[in-house]
Amino acid sequence: MPHALVVAEIADDGKPKKATLAAISFAKKALPAVGGSFSILVLGGAAKAAAQELAGYGAAKVLVCEDPSLAKYTAEAYAPTVAEAGKGFALVVATATSQGKDLMPRVAARLDAAYAGDCADVAVEGGALRYKRPMYAGNTFGTVELTTPVHVATARQSEFEAAQPSGGSSPIEAFAKVAPGAAAGRVDVVSFDTVKSERPELTEARVVVSGGRALKEQFFQVLEPLAQAIGAAIGASRAAVDAGYAPGDYQVGQTGKIVAPELYVAIGISGAIQHIAGMKSSKVIVAINKDAEAPIFQIADYGLVADLFQAVPALTAELKKRRPAG
Amino acid sequence: MKVLVPLKRVADPDNANKIKLAPNGAAVDTTGLEWKMNPFDEYALEAALRLTENGKAPKQRLGEVVVVTLGPKECEQTLRSALATGADRAIRVDASDDALDGRLVAHALKSIVLAEKPDVVLLGKQAVDGDSNQVGQRLAELLDWPMATFAATIREEQGALLVGREVDGGVLTLRVRLPAVVTVDLRIVAPTSVYSLHTDAAAHKYGEGVRFAPLPAIMAAKKKPLDTKTLAELAPGVALTTKTLKFEKPAARSAGVKVKDVSELVDKLMNVSKVL
Repeated sequence: MPHALVVAEIADDGKPKKATLAAISFAKKALPAVGGSFSILVLGGAAKAAAQELAGYGAAKVLVCEDPSLAKYTAEAYAPTVAEAGKGFALVVATATSQGKDLMPRVAARLDAAYAGDCADVAVEGGALRYKRPMYAGNTFGTVELTTPVHVATARQSEFEAAQPSGGSSPIEAFAKVAPGAAAGRVDVVSFDTVKSERPELTEARVVVSGGRALKEQFFQVLEPLAQAIGAAIGASRAAVDAGYAPGDYQVGQTGKIVAPELYVAIGISGAIQHIAGMKSSKVIVAINKDAEAPIFQIADYGLVADLFQAVPALTAELKKRRPAG
Repeated sequence: MKVLVPLKRVADPDNANKIKLAPNGAAVDTTGLEWKMNPFDEYALEAALRLTENGKAPKQRLGEVVVVTLGPKECEQTLRSALATGADRAIRVDASDDALDGRLVAHALKSIVLAEKPDVVLLGKQAVDGDSNQVGQRLAELLDWPMATFAATIREEQGALLVGREVDGGVLTLRVRLPAVVTVDLRIVAPTSVYSLHTDAAAHKYGEGVRFAPLPAIMAAKKKPLDTKTLAELAPGVALTTKTLKFEKPAARSAGVKVKDVSELVDKLMNVSKVL
């Protein structure tokens, strides 16, 4: 009997989202406490392609629930099936994407299970699972114990290596959809307006260029050329989002996106703990700020005290000059 | 429209840098920290007020907003401030802060919802102390109600809400038929984020952020009804199932070097760190 269930997420192209690989790593780390193996659940209107691909990650089984009513995700439609599949498992885990954070507490309620969200780590202590979670806007990490028979968790993507394919092919089994309750009939997906951007996705980019309130209305005018020059995604501080200079889903921080790129360039960002909690796992951090006392310099590998309206265009020009095109 | 706003008192996140841990990391030491309403709940309250008024004449209440919190007697200050801001009634569920978890809170709120029968439960997407982000979702499931989490915009329609949610990669718009649970994100307090049917969206823009209570309202709030209930009556037999065993500070990241100009910065990134 497998003891951990990973709930996969399907991307628009029908493949599994890369984020799902973090939840697989989480499950593998938990296995000493919950049993020898894990399974994967894939749901959607068309889930077979994703299931095929996920069969290469060493799961005991890949459960597939394909149904036209699951083509557009809503927590109301998904939770009953996920909860049913989760029965008998010790742990049900997904990655803390916006879908994972929306769905999994609802699944937990259905299973009457305790929930640990956005976990930065999981460990086994005395045979029991311990979840390490960021709290107080990133000021502390709490080690959490859950005491219900089933645990439900989400994994912070930036804190778990993407699982690697392990060869072999897990058996794929169909899993029947569970009819949802009244709630599912009272919610409709009206539209999904994707942000039209040539930039890579914030949580998966190798380089992130983030701006603060200091950029004012020139937020994109200043950041876009730099991001373009180095193939970076664009992020923002909460202050910049609050002030309306950048859209809400650009926000990097404890209550926004959590990122851990190879290079993070913080521009005109003072470095509130809230923001730092969302980017401090980045490999190299650069800060550009005219205030030499800004807290961001305390965590930056390279700090440049300068007026960003001059420094950023200069940096963009310098990079274009010194790096081969492309 | 009747809106229930569950809210939580938290240690002021703006003072978060001062958060200290008790020896051995057994607890978060909150002595000396200021308490305030969880900012996301404050935004939920603002959204609730906008949904129960004509934005042009906010003094005339066109619906009811009931605020509820779980916590010790001191939390009544937070409820009074919500009443001063415009909420009509308050309920405090007596509990000690360390004897609550998301599952228990959701069960207690369910009982309150069944008694109060609101059209909407509006709350913050998470509280900035535990950062759990689960109560709204759990409550919706316990009630078998539709939900819209991380709301950035709400437009009231006849018997429904049109909710814009900021999710990975864009804005997802849901229509939830009432009654429903909505959890709110930062942008819900922008000037054009929330409109009731009474407010002409084309003609009215709200101020940025949340409204503040004028002094007479603070005085008047002392006379508004505030009921007390117990966990034993609302969530009988529901035990705690989440326990934080220890707290620790995040690993410190040390400061690096200051570079003198853009050219030195590019040198470092290309030749030392080799990230470009």
